[in-house]
Amino acid sequence: MSSQEGKNPLAVPYREREQSITMESLGEGQAPVYGTELERDSELFTINIGPHHPATHGVLRLLVTLEGEYVHELTPLIGYVHTGIEKSCEDQSYWKVIPFVERMDYLSYYFNAMAFCMAVERLLELEVPARAQYLRVIHMELNRISSHLFWMATSILDFGAISFLWWGIRDREMTLDLFEMSSGQRMHPRYFQVGGVMEDIPPGWEQKCREFLARMPSRIDQYEAVLDKNEIFLHRTRNVGVVSKERMLALGVTGPLLRAAGHPWDLRKAMPYSSYEHFDFKVPVGTVGDHYDRYQVRIAEMRESLKIIEQALDGLPEGRYITDNRKIALPPRHELATSMEALIHHFKLVTEGFRVPPGEAYSAVESPRGELGCFVVADGSAKPARVHMRDPSFVNLQSLKDMSEGTLIADLIASVAMLDPILGGIDR
Amino acid sequence: MPDATGLELIAQRVRDELGDDAVVGTVYYRDQATLEASPARVHDVLAFIKTHPEEPFEFLSSLHGCDYLPDEPRLGVHYELLSMTRAERLRVKTRVGVDEAHVPTVTDLWPGANFQEREVWDMFGIEFGDHPDHRRILMPEDYEGHPQRRDFPIGGEPVIFTFNQDEIPRWYE
Repeated sequence: MSSQEGKNPLAVPYREREQSITMESLGEGQAPVYGTELERDSELFTINIGPHHPATHGVLRLLVTLEGEYVHELTPLIGYVHTGIEKSCEDQSYWKVIPFVERMDYLSYYFNAMAFCMAVERLLELEVPARAQYLRVIHMELNRISSHLFWMATSILDFGAISFLWWGIRDREMTLDLFEMSSGQRMHPRYFQVGGVMEDIPPGWEQKCREFLARMPSRIDQYEAVLDKNEIFLHRTRNVGVVSKERMLALGVTGPLLRAAGHPWDLRKAMPYSSYEHFDFKVPVGTVGDHYDRYQVRIAEMRESLKIIEQALDGLPEGRYITDNRKIALPPRHELATSMEALIHHFKLVTEGFRVPPGEAYSAVESPRGELGCFVVADGSAKPARVHMRDPSFVNLQSLKDMSEGTLIADLIASVAMLDPILGGIDR
Repeated sequence: MPDATGLELIAQRVRDELGDDAVVGTVYYRDQATLEASPARVHDVLAFIKTHPEEPFEFLSSLHGCDYLPDEPRLGVHYELLSMTRAERLRVKTRVGVDEAHVPTVTDLWPGANFQEREVWDMFGIEFGDHPDHRRILMPEDYEGHPQRRDFPIGGEPVIFTFNQDEIPRWYE
């Protein structure tokens, strides 16, 4: 392809960018990347990484201009798994939206459902029973561990340590078994409902969860022992991809990435929801803001999540697991045989769903990747007028440019891994 | 969250500084504070609220659009602001009509608004003046229409690579 259109790869017509490779030379005014020793007229190489590439953690496409082995310029191109979930939600009654939003960020489904349910509960001014709040916390923290384990499995794989893929997924399997036991589904369980959770945990669930809690700390110790003394891993992560706290805040980055840069912002602590103020846990914070800190923060978060789950199981209150407001939540099955009123409520909820008074609400939870916010506009009908998810991956992806420009292409792969983007959440 | 009085105080400060036309109104609903700004002045309002010495809301946590069909003006842009020191949120919103869907960009205040403004342009067709990279983000760049508008129908998209090569222009070139 000719380089008539100029140096900017985005100046190439949209459909022709698929053709992938362009070569240009470094112009007069352009300085080479710091540290490289390229000639002034050496070639710039523009290629596509992705969208179908195992190291992009989904279908992320990176338009990268390379200067030898160094990344000169990077543009993320997204939208390859855009399925219009937000549009589809406008056509569902409120309780049927939950399975849709769960499929956005497909590794942290409980958090998506939580953000949506919280927004709707706010619009309805609905109190969630204490037991339901605790059950939600337990499941969300299990989900956080499972998400971080999957991040560890796939990210360390990108560094070349393939064993971690099996180790991480082996342990994640235990959390999925727990989800299956409590809701019947391993992923996308639709366990959280507006007003509470779908069902109480079955007998034996608590014991199985405690077995998991007993096993995980030693497993995390093992992972740390392997990685923290691994010379290659340390060289690949320490002082690589450093982005300052101020830049992260300007970019709107939240979650482990922001905490690794040294800013102790965690919505569970700062603006507690769902009884998080009852639990004693720490917020891990990094100092340098490099890949190593990001790894350490996530590992430490898994430990804190285990502590939260243990406290929640110990203090699990008795009582209802979903609100007793029959206009919102389905009546218990056994009542349908004896109570006409229960039958009517059941019929109305299943056919039409509940109505929400007009208004707007934004609710945010701390997902494994940062602030997951849900914005819901109700127009008084049984279907939302607008559901928007502020997905942390979508906003955090903008920091990839800062992390990887001027670094080696191998470090770009590491940066994508440490960013932990979930493309289902980015594209929605 | 600032309470209802706090919201009025913020609105009054903005009016004192930027003139009465900057603020259209305030809404306090379900413990959430919303300040409605006029579309032409929304950048000034946000810049003022971001840097106000006493109660700054320095972090933009979300920026999203909304279609209020059948209300007029139809389209809305919402800025969810956050103060990390006081753990408070404030929503600033602005409403524009379909025919004059222009809002100044806030990427100079928060570079992170870049992707989110592009998404609002993509989905609702609201133009952000002086945006550094004003392209579609989720839909293909040569796509026509803005799918999140409520008068945009669901379904009926041609699916690529389903023996319709001749109808979908230029995919094979």
